[in-house]
Amino acid sequence: MFELLRLRIRHNRPVIKDLRRAGLHPSFRGFPLLASEKCTAGCSSCADLCPAGAIALAPLRLDLGKCTFCGECERACGKEALRFSPGYRLGATSRAALIITAGQTEAAFQEQAIEARKEICRLFGRSLKLRQVSAGGCNGCEMELAACGNVNFDLGRFGIDFVASPRHADGLVITGPLTRNMAPALADAYRSVSEPKIVIAVGACAISGGLFTDGGELDRSFLASAAVDLHVPGCPPHPLTFIHALLDFLGLEKS
Amino acid sequence: MKWAELRNLQTVQLAAIPRLSPDALQQQTLSGLAAGRRVVQFFGDRTAEGILLYVVLADDEHSRLYVSSAIFQDNDKYPALTTDAPALHLFEREFYEQFGIEPLGHPWLKPVRHGIAGISPLEAAYNFFHMDGAQVHEVGVGPIHAGIIEPGHFRFSCQGEEIYHLEIEHGFQHRGVEELFLRHRARPVYRQCLAESIAGDSVIGHGGAYVRAMEALGNVNVGRQAIVIRTIAQELERTAIHLGDLSALANDVAYLTGNAVFGALRTKVINTTLALCGNRFGRGLLALGGVNYNISGKLRDNIRTTLAQLEDDTDLAAEVLFASASLLARFEKTGVVTKETARRLGMVGPAARASGLAVDVRSDHPYGGFSYFPVHKMTLTSGDVFARAYIRYVEIKQSLRIIQEQLNALNGGELKRPGAAPAAGMMVVSLAEGWRGEIAHVALTGQDGQLRRYKIKDPSFHNWMALALAVRKNGISDFPVCNKSFNLSYCGTDL
Repeated sequence: MFELLRLRIRHNRPVIKDLRRAGLHPSFRGFPLLASEKCTAGCSSCADLCPAGAIALAPLRLDLGKCTFCGECERACGKEALRFSPGYRLGATSRAALIITAGQTEAAFQEQAIEARKEICRLFGRSLKLRQVSAGGCNGCEMELAACGNVNFDLGRFGIDFVASPRHADGLVITGPLTRNMAPALADAYRSVSEPKIVIAVGACAISGGLFTDGGELDRSFLASAAVDLHVPGCPPHPLTFIHALLDFLGLEKS
Repeated sequence: MKWAELRNLQTVQLAAIPRLSPDALQQQTLSGLAAGRRVVQFFGDRTAEGILLYVVLADDEHSRLYVSSAIFQDNDKYPALTTDAPALHLFEREFYEQFGIEPLGHPWLKPVRHGIAGISPLEAAYNFFHMDGAQVHEVGVGPIHAGIIEPGHFRFSCQGEEIYHLEIEHGFQHRGVEELFLRHRARPVYRQCLAESIAGDSVIGHGGAYVRAMEALGNVNVGRQAIVIRTIAQELERTAIHLGDLSALANDVAYLTGNAVFGALRTKVINTTLALCGNRFGRGLLALGGVNYNISGKLRDNIRTTLAQLEDDTDLAAEVLFASASLLARFEKTGVVTKETARRLGMVGPAARASGLAVDVRSDHPYGGFSYFPVHKMTLTSGDVFARAYIRYVEIKQSLRIIQEQLNALNGGELKRPGAAPAAGMMVVSLAEGWRGEIAHVALTGQDGQLRRYKIKDPSFHNWMALALAVRKNGISDFPVCNKSFNLSYCGTDL
C-alpha cells in the first residue's frame, strides 16, 4: 500500500500538459531546411546517397513522403545545404505539399500544409475514432502510434482514440508499404468503416512505399480507390508529429 | 572433414565449406543436434550447379559455429529432419517454399509467407489443423488485431474456454527484404536503412548484425569508441523494449498503474536514444566502420544520471508490480514452456532463459563490446508468463549495469573508419543478441565481391511454435498475456 503511494508520488505527472508547445531535443531529425545557394556546383552526393530516392536536384527538393530521416544527406553534405531541424510538425493533407523546396521555412510549410475543412471539424472535431491497419509496417510506426495513447501524450484527452473494430471507427490509420498479402484485409477493413470516413497514411512506407517500393511484394492499388486525407511523414513519425497533424486537420486548438 | 569450424563473425571461403551428400548432411545435422548443438541457420542458395543447402549449427559452450552444405537439383526430395529435430520445422518449410526441395514426411509442410487466402496459389496448402467434436469450436483472429500491432492470423481450436491447439499463419508482412538486400548496389546506405527496417523494434539488433557482417567481409576493424557506443545503444534498445513489455503485460491484466509507470519509464529510455542519434529507435546511429554520432561530455553525464534515476524508479515499480496478488494470479503457471520443450524447439532469447535454457549470444558467441566485457547468463526456471515477465526486469537491471560500465570505457577515439570492399567468394555468420534473442545474418559474396545471398533470421523464427504450445490447456482469455510475454516479431518472420 505505502509502496504504491510512494510509486505514485515518485511518478509525479509525466503528462505533457501543453502538447502544442512541446519541444523536442535539438538532435531530433525533423523538418529539413534546404539552402541550395550553399550547394557546390555539380555536386550530387546527397541525392546519390539517399536510400529512399527522396532528394531531387536542380532545383534542390526533398520529398518528406519518401524520406526516412536517416540523416545521411546532412552528414555527407558538409556545406549545410541540407540539414534537419528539430521541427516535428510535418503532416500535410496533400501529397504535393510534402515536397520541400529550397528556402522553405517550417512556418511557411505549416501555413499551407494542412487544410482544416469545416466539414471534418464539424463531424469529427469532438470525437474521432480510428482503426489502425498495419500493412507491412516494421513495428516502428505502430509503436509510435501506440505511444500516442500513453501517459506522456494522452491523445485521448482530445476525444481521439484507437478502437478495436473498423465498424466502430471513423477512419483508418495505415502504416507499412501496403504488402500484397495484406491487400484483401486492408480493403475489408476500409469497407467496414461507415461513411463518411477518412484515411490517414503514417510513415514513409505508407505514403510512398518507402524502401520497399521495388521489392515486387507490394500492392498499392488500394490507394487508387481510397484517397488519403492526411499524410504523416517520418520513419517512424514522432507521436507529436501524428498528434499535431491530427489536431490541425480537425481544426482544433490552432496554435 | 564434415564441418567447417568458425566463430561468430569469422569469414570462411565458400570453397572451404564441406559439401556433403544430402544423406550425409542430414546425418551430420541430426547427430550434431543430438550432441547438444543448436541450429542457427538452415537455408538455400541457388547456384549454377544447383541449390546449395547450408546448415549452421552452434556449439554454445565452446563458442564455435559449424557450417556444412549439400547440393540439390530442382524438384529433389529428401526425408524431413523435423520429425527427429522439431527445431528445424520452420526452417525446412522456408527452404521448401523458397526452392521447392520437398522434405518428405514433414509433419507441418505449410507455406511460411505465401499461403494467404485470396492471393496465393499456395492457399490450398494452408489447410488449417482441424478438430472435430460436438463441443469443439474455432476462433479465428486476424490478420488485423484489436490493438495497434502487426498482422498475423491465429486460429484457435477450443473446447469451451480451453485452448486445445493454436495455429499461427504468417506472411502478411512479407516485403521481399532478402531480395532487396541484393539490389541497389550503388547505394550502400540503402542496405543499412533496410537492415534497420527488418524489425523496427530491433533497429540496433538487426542493424548491428548487418554492419558487423559487412565489416567482417571487408576486414574492417572498428575503433573502441564506436564499439562502446554500439554496445550502449544495443542495451538501451533492450531496456526500452523490456520496459514497454512490462507496461503492456500489466495492461493485459488491467493493472493500469503498472501500465502507466512502465510506459513512462520506457519513454525516458527512448528519449535518451533520441538525444544520442536523433531518432527514438536508434535509426541513423550505426554506420559501416563505426557510428555516426558520439557520446561525450554533457551527453555522457546526462545518460549516466538519467539511467541511475531510472534504475531506482524501475526497482520501485517492479517491487509494486510483482507484489500485486491479482497480477501474479494471472501470470503464474500461465503459458508454461518446460526446459525440455524449449530445448527441442530451439528457443532463444529471454523466453528461452525464462524456461531455464541458458542461451545468450552476448555470452556464448561474444561480439563487439561483449568480447571485452563478459555478460553473465541469467535464467529462471518456471517457464510461465511470470518468468518471462520477471526475466525482463532482471535483464533491464543487467543492461543498465552494462551501460554504466560502458560509459566508463569510452576513450574519445575515432567514430568511423573507412569501409572496404567485401572479399570475394566468402561467407560470414553474424550473430547478435537482440532483445528477443539470437539474430543471425549470413552474408555470402560472389566472385565479383558483391552480395549474392543475404539470409536473415529473426529470433522469432525459433519461438513461434513455443507460443503455440504454451497456450495449450490455457483459457483463451489468457492468450493476450501469453502472446505479449513472448512479444514476437511478425515483420521479422515475414521479411
